[in-house]
Amino acid sequence: MSVPFVLFFVCGALAVAGAILVIVAREPVHSALALVLVMVALAVLYLLLGAPFIAAVQIIVYAGAIMVLFVFVIMLLNAGAEERTDFSRVAKYIGLPLGFILMLWAAHWLWRSPVGGAIGTASATPAASSHDLSVELFRQYLFPFEATSILILIAILGALVLAKREE
Amino acid sequence: MNVIPISYYLVLSAVLFGLGVIAFVFKRNVITIFMSIELMLNAVNLAFIAFARAHNQLDGLVFVFFVIVVAAAEAAVGLALVIMLAQNRQPLSVERMNHLKL
Repeated sequence: MSVPFVLFFVCGALAVAGAILVIVAREPVHSALALVLVMVALAVLYLLLGAPFIAAVQIIVYAGAIMVLFVFVIMLLNAGAEERTDFSRVAKYIGLPLGFILMLWAAHWLWRSPVGGAIGTASATPAASSHDLSVELFRQYLFPFEATSILILIAILGALVLAKREE
Repeated sequence: MNVIPISYYLVLSAVLFGLGVIAFVFKRNVITIFMSIELMLNAVNLAFIAFARAHNQLDGLVFVFFVIVVAAAEAAVGLALVIMLAQNRQPLSVERMNHLKL
């Protein structure tokens, strides 16, 4: 077992454990903190995959900004433990088995398909530098990049209009 | 140095996505439902980066940027909606949120 293998299995186990914790935690704050754990573990995996810039963006934007927004809203609204009702038995008897079937089927398909196997050992290439990434982003994907700025603007306006207290 | 097969990452991504779907179905609080959407987006990001690595191309990494941007916009608007619901004295449980007319 080399160091990348150990890192992969430790971080993968951390990510799966965090995802399970998101499901079983009753307090929304605990779910948010478990989700931060998932995101940090995924950032380490991105580093292993040779994408250090994406890993930094993941930490700063996802685990930093978005999750802080979630925790802020949870604390602002004083959201307590979620109530347990057995109102929807559909979720228990259909949703959970179907979710597990989806998970196992997708994992099985990815495991058996030639998608993963044939190209599996291509990672001897050097890590993607942020220079190459920015060239790609600002040449080939310039228009979608500019379109996302419009999207962000619309999101800001929408959030302002929605959260404004009516006089 | 040993090389981790790409299929390991893909299987991990599939497992995380499935857990996100289960969380989406099972959680009752609106905020945690939003969080399960973020979990699914993260799983898809992992698959994108794994494929970008496997094919040695950068397009997957650029798509991850766009996914993060869309997730940020979605979280901002969605949490503004949640705050508006709370201002109108609505419960945060989706089961009691049975009319969207505020």
